[in-house]
Amino acid sequence: MSSPRSDFLSGVRVAAPITLGVFPFGMIAGVAAVGVGIPAVQTLAMSVVIFAGASQLAAIELIGRNAPAAVVVLTVLVINLRHVMYSASLAPHFRRQSARWKGLLAYLLVDQVYALSILEFENDEETSRRWYYLGVATPLWLTWQTATVVGIIFGARTPEGWHLEFAVPLVFLAVLVPAVTDRATAAAALVGGAVAVVAAGLPYNLGLIVAAVVGIGAGLAVERATGVSTDGAAGEAE
Amino acid sequence: MAPTTFDDATLWVVILAAGVVTYALRLSFIALFGRLDDVPESVERALRFVPAAVLSALVVPQLVVADGAVSLSPTNPRLLAGALAAAVAWRTENILATLVVGMGAMLLLSAALG
Repeated sequence: MSSPRSDFLSGVRVAAPITLGVFPFGMIAGVAAVGVGIPAVQTLAMSVVIFAGASQLAAIELIGRNAPAAVVVLTVLVINLRHVMYSASLAPHFRRQSARWKGLLAYLLVDQVYALSILEFENDEETSRRWYYLGVATPLWLTWQTATVVGIIFGARTPEGWHLEFAVPLVFLAVLVPAVTDRATAAAALVGGAVAVVAAGLPYNLGLIVAAVVGIGAGLAVERATGVSTDGAAGEAE
Repeated sequence: MAPTTFDDATLWVVILAAGVVTYALRLSFIALFGRLDDVPESVERALRFVPAAVLSALVVPQLVVADGAVSLSPTNPRLLAGALAAAVAWRTENILATLVVGMGAMLLLSAALG
């Protein structure tokens, strides 16, 4: 039978291998931030306060280009919109938690925590929602913060010519490729990428946001045209 | 790259605002709509495309733009290294492997293309 302790530990066991992939990602966040001149304290604060890798890297890049502060925040908003989907998906499982627990669980809600937790919740009615989720989230949170600190230290000491800044698009690429699962997501990626190149000269560095919106539109258009969806949601929509 | 001109105060405001926005997105349904099992269908369908569109918009300009102009030539090391890394990402779906191969290719190619 499950107990809080055993549920927490089985969460930790599932998350452990994932931390290996999270570490380099967090390190890059530290290296990149130091590279554009963000002080160490603020770099670590980003990892603690925002705690969302892709959006942190995008924010760092825009800060490096001196985009307006509002555009930086708006970009973080767009990139993290997917968290609404995770929040909705987990909501029924957390319905009986207190407001305080809901507040803590929501703070820790990142891609990997969502993916691992929902899998377990859908397979096992008995597992403690709170403790399993905390078991998954705790090692990932600790890894992310540690990796950022290592990146800050490392980034301050690496010579030019190592092309460390190139690690940022590579990390995005590593996350992007698995996100392309069908024709509609491929269209969103192709159009989003192309528009970003064309719109690079837009004022206030708004190119990224315009590209994202047009790319999402392209994905929806292709989905409607082909009538295919990975989860069959399109068929029952209208 | 020249260091950013953001001062400390602006950076703190940006970090806090971005943190609050991100937290609000995560808390949204968990806190407010806990009784609903579902997001509106249209919202869910649009959100499905956010990662692909946004990540691609972040990556592509960094690979194809060199010195302020679009460069699709084989002398652009970022393009070649990026293509190789994409192939690794596709085969392995592993961030570390993608990073190692992409960075290695970038170092070799930029040395070779001088």
